[in-house]
Amino acid sequence: MKILVSIKRAIDYNVRIQIKGDGSGVVTDGVKHSINPFDEIAIEQAIRWKQAGDADEVVAVTIGGDAAAEQLRTALAFGCDRAIHVKTDDAVQPLTAARVFEALAKKEEPKVFLMGKQAIDDDANQTGQMTSALLEWPQATFASEVELSSDTAKVTREIDAGLETLDVDLPAVITTDLRLNEPRYLKLPDIMKAKKKPIEDMSVDDLGVTAAARLETVKTAPPPTREAGVMVESTEELVSKLKEKGLL
Amino acid sequence: MSEVERDVMEYDVVVVGAGPAGLSAACRLKQQNAEIEVCIVEKGSEVGAHLLSGAVFEPRALDELFPDWKDKGAPLNTPVARDEVYFFTGQTKSVKMPNAFVPKPMHNTGNYIISLGKLGRWLGEQAEALGVEIYPGFAAADAIVENGVVKGIVTGDMGIDKNGEPKDGYTPGIELRAKYTLFAEGCRGHIGKRLIREFGLDADADPQHYGIGLKELWQVDPDKHEPGLVVHGAGWPLDKDNTGGSFLYHLEDNIVAVGLIVDLNYSNPYLNPFKEFQRFKHHPKIAQHLEGGKRVSYGSRAITKGGLNSLPNMTMPGAALIGCNAGTLNFAKIKGNHTAMKSGMLAAEAVADALAANGDGGDELTGYTEAFEKSWLYDELHASRNFGPALHKFGAVAGGAVNYIEQNWFRGKAPWRMHDTTPDHAALAPADQVEPIDYPRHDGKLSFDILSSVHLSNTGHDEDQPSHLKLTDPSIPIERNLPKYAEPAQRYCPAGVYEVVEDDDGKPRFQINFANCVHCKTCDIKDPAQNITWVPPEGGGGPKYSAM
Repeated sequence: MKILVSIKRAIDYNVRIQIKGDGSGVVTDGVKHSINPFDEIAIEQAIRWKQAGDADEVVAVTIGGDAAAEQLRTALAFGCDRAIHVKTDDAVQPLTAARVFEALAKKEEPKVFLMGKQAIDDDANQTGQMTSALLEWPQATFASEVELSSDTAKVTREIDAGLETLDVDLPAVITTDLRLNEPRYLKLPDIMKAKKKPIEDMSVDDLGVTAAARLETVKTAPPPTREAGVMVESTEELVSKLKEKGLL
Repeated sequence: MSEVERDVMEYDVVVVGAGPAGLSAACRLKQQNAEIEVCIVEKGSEVGAHLLSGAVFEPRALDELFPDWKDKGAPLNTPVARDEVYFFTGQTKSVKMPNAFVPKPMHNTGNYIISLGKLGRWLGEQAEALGVEIYPGFAAADAIVENGVVKGIVTGDMGIDKNGEPKDGYTPGIELRAKYTLFAEGCRGHIGKRLIREFGLDADADPQHYGIGLKELWQVDPDKHEPGLVVHGAGWPLDKDNTGGSFLYHLEDNIVAVGLIVDLNYSNPYLNPFKEFQRFKHHPKIAQHLEGGKRVSYGSRAITKGGLNSLPNMTMPGAALIGCNAGTLNFAKIKGNHTAMKSGMLAAEAVADALAANGDGGDELTGYTEAFEKSWLYDELHASRNFGPALHKFGAVAGGAVNYIEQNWFRGKAPWRMHDTTPDHAALAPADQVEPIDYPRHDGKLSFDILSSVHLSNTGHDEDQPSHLKLTDPSIPIERNLPKYAEPAQRYCPAGVYEVVEDDDGKPRFQINFANCVHCKTCDIKDPAQNITWVPPEGGGGPKYSAM
C-alpha cells in the first residue's frame, strides 16, 4: 500500500510571531522553521504503518520555496522512501495546495493521502477537505486513531461531542489530529541516510495546475495587548466598576 | 548508562558547537583537505539558534577564511559609521569621552555591526557547501576519554522522562568517534569544563573570569535610526564593586541592539543583572534611541573574558579547545568573534597537518599552540592582557585610565602584567554586609518583567525530562546560600529559572524552572558554592534566537 503524506514548512511553534512593521505579513527572515506539527504526526503515522507492514511505500510531498527542502529531508529522516518538492515562491492558498495534491494523487495513486488537519501558520483547515472533494475520495478529518485494512480504514475522529468512528473506503484523504501519536526522536544516522534519498523537483505548472487567487490578505496585526487589571477594595467598588464599563 | 548499546559513527574530526569557532574550524579543515571527514553537532535546534553576541565585528579572520566573503553574501551589511563612548555618572547624567581619550582597541573604523546569529547561519551554509556534515538538535553530552586520550563524544539521550525513566520512543545517544575532537561549546562549555579539570589544563593560568551579557533587539522609529552608530558605556547603573559595560548598536532595517554586560565578579548578592539592564535603558542617553520603538527580541549569554592571563592550555591528546570554550575573547576590544574564528582556523590547520603526517590522530595538537603563539591573535590578546584585571582592581574610571595609557602610549606593550586571582564565584560579600538594591518597577514601555522577556527568546524545553541544572548537594541553596547570600541564583539568572518559594508548611524551598533556561551558563559560574552544574538538556531545547 502506498501512502502519500503532505507536509508544510511553517514557523516553529516555539517562536513568538512578529508582525512586519508595515503590517504586510509576519517576519520570516532568520526565523526557525519546522514541519507543521500536525504534518509531523501524519509522517509518524505513515512510518508506523510501514514498519508494521501495512504500507510498503511512503512518499512525502511539499509545496514551497527552496528552503522547504529542509523539511523534506526531515521527513526522509523519519523514514519516508522518497519526496516530491513542488516549487513555488508564492504564498500557497488552500485551493492551490488542494489542486496540486489532486494532480499528485492522480499521478502517484496512493491508497491513503495523509496530512495534518491544519497548518499552525494560517490555521485554514481546508486543504484536506478540498483535496478530497477535488478527487471525489472519501475524507476522514481530525483522526485520533486509524486502523487500516486493505480496502478500508476505521478512523476515530475528535469532534465537539466526543469521539466519532467512521469507516471509509480507500483511497481516502485522512487528516491527523494531535492525539494520533507522538512523533519519534530522529536518529543521527537516519538524518545522514536521508541526505542520499531522492527528492524530485517539479513546478506547479509541470502538474498543469492553475494557482488559485481567491484570497487577498488585507492586513496582518498582532492581537490587542491585555490592559493591566485593577484591584478593588470591596464588593461595592466591584459593582460600581462593572457598571462603569456597562457590564452590569 | 554504560550498559546502553549505542550506534557508533566515525569521522576524522568531530566539532562540538556550530558557532564562529566551530564553523570556522570546519570550513578551514575542508579548505586544507576536502577529503577530511568533518561533523559538527549543535545543541540548538538550528545553526544560530543559540548564538548571541553584540556584535561589532572585526572582519580580520573572515578575510582570511573567505577572502571573497562579500561575493558570497556574508551578512556584514552595516559598516561602523561613528563611535560614541559614555561614562554614565548617574541615572540621568553622563560624560561623553572625547574621541582622543578612547582606548585604541575601542575604535571601530573598518568594523561592521552584525547579527552573529545571521553570520553563523551563513558560515553554516559555507561549511555545508564544503561538505561538512552539521547536525543541529544534537547535544554533545560528554567526551569519550580512553586511556587519557579524547576519542570523540557521545550525543545526548532523547526521550527520558522527568524521573529519569525511558519514555516511549526513547532513543539513546550515539558515539561519534574521531581522530581529533574540537570543542567549540562557547563560554563555560560543560565538556570543556570537565576536560580542563581532568587534564589540568588551567594549572598555569589565572582563574577564568566571566561576564553575563543581556541583550535586546528593538525595532526603532525610522527617524531615530542612524545605521552604523556604535555607543559604548560604563558606569551607572553599576558601580566600582559591581562593574560592567553597555552597548547600543544601530543595525540595518531600523533595528537597534542594546545590551549590558555585568562582570560576574560582582560583590553584592542582591545585584540583579536583568533589572540593572532594564533600568539602564531609562538613562536618557539610551532611552532617546528606544522611545517609541518596540522590543522584538531578548536573550542572555555569559562571556569568557579572562583573556591571556586566564587562558588554559588549549590542547590535550586527541582534542583541542577553541574560541570562548578556551577563552580567546579580547576584552579590551569587547570582541570575541574574530578571535574565536581565528583560534578555530589555527586549530584546523594544525589538525590537517597532523592528519597528513600521522593518520591515526589521538596525539597532542602541539602545532595549534605553536601557531597560536606566533599569530596576530596572540599579539592581540597579549596587548590587552591587563585590561580586565585593571578594571577589576581600580574600577571603571581609574582602570579605564590605566587602559588608556597602556593601549595608547605603550600600544599594549606596557612592561607590567596584572593578575586577578579571585574566582568570580568567590567574590560575593555576605548579604548582611550590603544593602539590598531597590529596583524600580518596569514601565512596560522601555523596561519589562522577566517572563515576558524570556518569552521573546523563544525558549522551549520538553518539560517531561530531568532538569538539566544539577545540584551536587540539594540542601545548599536553602541551608547555606539563602542565609549567607540571600540565594543569589534568584537574581543572577536572566531567565527566572531559580526561585525560592514558600512550601505549604511555610518553609523556603528552592525551585528550578529549567524549561525557562536560555543556556547562558551564569549559574554554573556564579553559584558561591559551585553547587550548580549545567548539563545539556535534550537536543533542540533552549532559546531559538532569530538574529541575535
